[in-house]
Amino acid sequence: MNESKAIVSIKGLTKTYENGHQALKGINLDIREGEILALLGPNGAGKTTLISVICGLVSPSSGTVTVDGHDIIRDFRITREMIGLVPQELTLGAFERVGNTVAFSRGLFGKSPNEAYLDELLEELTLLDKKDSMVQQLSGGMKRRVLIAKALSHEPRVLFLDEPTAGVDVELRKDMWKIVERLRQSGVTIILTTHYIEEAEEIADRVGVISGGELLELEDKQTLMEKLGKKQLVIELKNPVDSIPAQLTDYGLELSDTGAKLTYTFDARQERTGMTRLLSSLSEAGLQVKDLNTRQSSLEDIFVDIVKADA
Amino acid sequence: MNTEAIKAIYKAEMRRTRNTLLQSVAAPVISTALYFVVFGSAIGSRIESVSDVPYGAFIVPGLMMLSLLTQSISNASFGIFFPKFTGTIYEVMSAPISFFEIVVGYVGAAATKSLILGVLILITATFFVDLRIAHPFWMIAFFLLTCISFSLFGFIIGLWADNFEKLQLIPSLIITPLVFLGGSFYSVDMLPEFWQKISLMNPVLYLISGFRWSFFEVADVSVGVSLSMILLFLVACLGIVWMMFKTGYKLKP
Repeated sequence: MNESKAIVSIKGLTKTYENGHQALKGINLDIREGEILALLGPNGAGKTTLISVICGLVSPSSGTVTVDGHDIIRDFRITREMIGLVPQELTLGAFERVGNTVAFSRGLFGKSPNEAYLDELLEELTLLDKKDSMVQQLSGGMKRRVLIAKALSHEPRVLFLDEPTAGVDVELRKDMWKIVERLRQSGVTIILTTHYIEEAEEIADRVGVISGGELLELEDKQTLMEKLGKKQLVIELKNPVDSIPAQLTDYGLELSDTGAKLTYTFDARQERTGMTRLLSSLSEAGLQVKDLNTRQSSLEDIFVDIVKADA
Repeated sequence: MNTEAIKAIYKAEMRRTRNTLLQSVAAPVISTALYFVVFGSAIGSRIESVSDVPYGAFIVPGLMMLSLLTQSISNASFGIFFPKFTGTIYEVMSAPISFFEIVVGYVGAAATKSLILGVLILITATFFVDLRIAHPFWMIAFFLLTCISFSLFGFIIGLWADNFEKLQLIPSLIITPLVFLGGSFYSVDMLPEFWQKISLMNPVLYLISGFRWSFFEVADVSVGVSLSMILLFLVACLGIVWMMFKTGYKLKP
């Protein structure tokens, strides 16, 4: 992971909507130039509000955001020119042609027309043959490609993808990750929001966990995935025990208060989980198993853990 | 100044007009021609002249105003309301563009459409009546000021409206009656004295009167008052738009 300078710097950002809902509670975050950052969190966590503030769609209540050192409010012309946004909803004017709407976006962001670049962009998104098609005639997946083309039309340095794979088929999802990878190679910083762990795992360099308007965790993907990859095997014993038998001390087991349950934590992504060995050790120790079940530490668990640690 | 953005909005809006040519241009021209047939020829043949102007010619400025007002408002209000309705406004709001530039793009396009329409109506009118324009400079001034100020007014309505009903409310319930009662088809002194006084409270009367004066040198109120009224309206609209800009009214939570 490169430790390059911050392209987007967020300090003490809060947002309270008119109805009193506090969507952001003091976010501090530095987004590094050239990285892919995934913002992970459940619905209503504040992910979209955070993005919306940076893009100028929502006014912050307090705090500052700078993009490449420029304040997003005072120097909005400079910062917004550097930013591209692919919104969550498929918001496109119905009665427009693909080519026109992409050219419109480029103009809106202050860039002079450049048909060669836009054609190249459409080509890459497999939209070139749809250039003269009306937007309303396109499928959902195609519409999302058009939104990506619009966001990239003015050659932004920072790209925000808000829930890019919501309702997207496998093929487009693969294509999208290819585009994201190519953009990263060309030096574009990418921030995507998602509530799927796998998505963050697939693509991101770093992962930020947002819940209840707070950034609870910000880590390199590897570190966070190790936490998320944890699985637990709960062994219910036929006859409760007072302590963990000597044969089982190497497994790092936890004994429940009643002495009837043993919990074994392992990394499900490892080739060897140690489960088979544990089961044979159990019988060697003369313990009879009543029931077994495994559970994955879910995103919710992680949230609970992080919140607990936070409190 | 982000001139590329103004151009982009202006072009997109004009493209929308081209796509809906029948609705945007043909419909108002046809309905104006119908007014000429009904009011100018059928009824007008029984009213010889008003203030020494043949009735058919007398109604031309009023008819133009009727179309300019309603079309400026509907063009501009729909132009900004539709992106709000579909959600595509996010793009304009996240672009490096000031509210002033947004207004210039949308209102400029709406006013241009009204100008084209006004010219078409004027041309249509010459097929029915002999027209003379006594003060071409003032005629163009009134014409331009009306297109711009009512497009601005339409823009305000489009921003304010959060559903289709509200979008239609002011044009159909307020503007159309004001235009009809503002002397489009008659001179105010043809009314009983009581209604004359009531009519003087109608701002559109001043507009039509001034515009008619530029054609025939015939007016219900002095032309200076007319010009002041339209300028006042323009300033009021600019003020409201400026306020909306300051507060991010209904666009930015």
